[in-house]
Amino acid sequence: MSFEIPDELRYMESHEWADREDGTARIGISDFAQDELGDIVFVEFPEEGEEITHDEEFGVVESIKAVSDLYSPVSGTVTATNDALLDAPELVNDDPYGEGWMLEVDLDDADDLDDLLDADAYRNQIE
Amino acid sequence: MALREPPLAAAHDARGAQTTEFGGWAMPVEFDSIRTEHESVRESAGKFDVSHMGEIEVSGPDAAELLGRLTTNDVSAPDPGNAQYAMITDTEGTILDDTVIYRLPETHDADFLFVPNAGHDEEMEDRWTTHRDEWELDATVDNRTEEYAMFAVQGPDAVELVASAADDANATADADEPLADLGRFSATDATVADVDCLAARTGYTGEDGLELIVPWDGAEAVWEAFDCQPCGLGARDTLRIEAGFLLSGQDFHHEENPRNPFEADVGFAVDLDTEFVGRDALAQVAEPGPDERFVGFELETRGVPRHGYDITDSEGTTIGTVTSGTMSPTLSTPVGMGYVPTEYAEPGTAVSVRVRGEPKEARTRALPFLER
Repeated sequence: MSFEIPDELRYMESHEWADREDGTARIGISDFAQDELGDIVFVEFPEEGEEITHDEEFGVVESIKAVSDLYSPVSGTVTATNDALLDAPELVNDDPYGEGWMLEVDLDDADDLDDLLDADAYRNQIE
Repeated sequence: MALREPPLAAAHDARGAQTTEFGGWAMPVEFDSIRTEHESVRESAGKFDVSHMGEIEVSGPDAAELLGRLTTNDVSAPDPGNAQYAMITDTEGTILDDTVIYRLPETHDADFLFVPNAGHDEEMEDRWTTHRDEWELDATVDNRTEEYAMFAVQGPDAVELVASAADDANATADADEPLADLGRFSATDATVADVDCLAARTGYTGEDGLELIVPWDGAEAVWEAFDCQPCGLGARDTLRIEAGFLLSGQDFHHEENPRNPFEADVGFAVDLDTEFVGRDALAQVAEPGPDERFVGFELETRGVPRHGYDITDSEGTTIGTVTSGTMSPTLSTPVGMGYVPTEYAEPGTAVSVRVRGEPKEARTRALPFLER
């Protein structure tokens, strides 16, 4: 089975992605992760204004069969949350890089993203 | 130790099933998506490979007495071709396993067949033969678990689906009792895809349907005879939770969560007018009633209850533990089951479930969650 791994994103070994914007990043979980989890029924993440830290837990995603912690690819302050996921967590299954995004973060240090896997390295990890 | 595998292990793998270890067996947990599989069973039909379930045949002049003394229900009650749900308890009345006992149609060599849960067949075979010898009963006990596959075809269209597959195969054979007319908890011989099976109107999903006990080498032909959604243990779990059915080893466990049948809300499967191991201990529980009871509950705030989470009262004091829980695919609400002190068991009682440390408001509910 082949998974979508957009070239422009950066990835955690724990399957979260980060999309660099100008001084900010949007984060979510990968196509591979949503497929492994199966039907997602619940997502829990911090509110706007809260701080999250690179490599530390920032929330939880639950499928019918499993609970998984979410680890942050970046450090910074949450500036937006995808509240559509509260009522429709299945958007993470349907569109993990689009409508299934989770948070937008104002980065403490834009270099955080340089420590993450690029698409090729992430592809090698999951294949 | 190597995991035991059902006869269709390679076929399931080729179909893209994910597998999991369950009771010492490698079984399919998900073919497509738990939600897709679950909805197929609720709306039309799904087929499950449940070959991890045990099959033990008991025969001989004292077969009924042996079964009667080792299970809680009145095994003399069912006629040939009928089935019965029963618990297997120790001398303290603690549940060791639950089972369905088939009194086989007279066409069979064996008198009874009972179905222990995954991983319990050897323990039950030992228990039966040890007690048989101790009580000097004349009965044979044959563990046929790895000679029979078992499939469940479940859902509103399931019986018609199996009946039509069986009818086609039986077009030139003597007519069997039509499967469509088979009564609940009844079993009959059926030929599907030229394979002789035992078909029973039983199941574990809360839907109408049939379970088929199939010779190991006929498994693939029978499995392929039903054109419906293949389903794994994941959907089986969400379906049985909606139906309020116990899962052996999870909703009761002889060492980790010892429970008697009255606590587990299956007192209907206990006949205290019969003599069985554990009867005297259970008679002591029956009259006052148990101190704790198995209940359903529904979360009123977002979160998913899972096995092992604490159930608390409204002040945060732990009063019980969640034994099974899920986000109900049919009801779209988080539901669970577990044991609470009897004073909290009344449906509608406010409790909380601690989800990763956070108390979530919940209310007890009568089981099953889903009326069919």
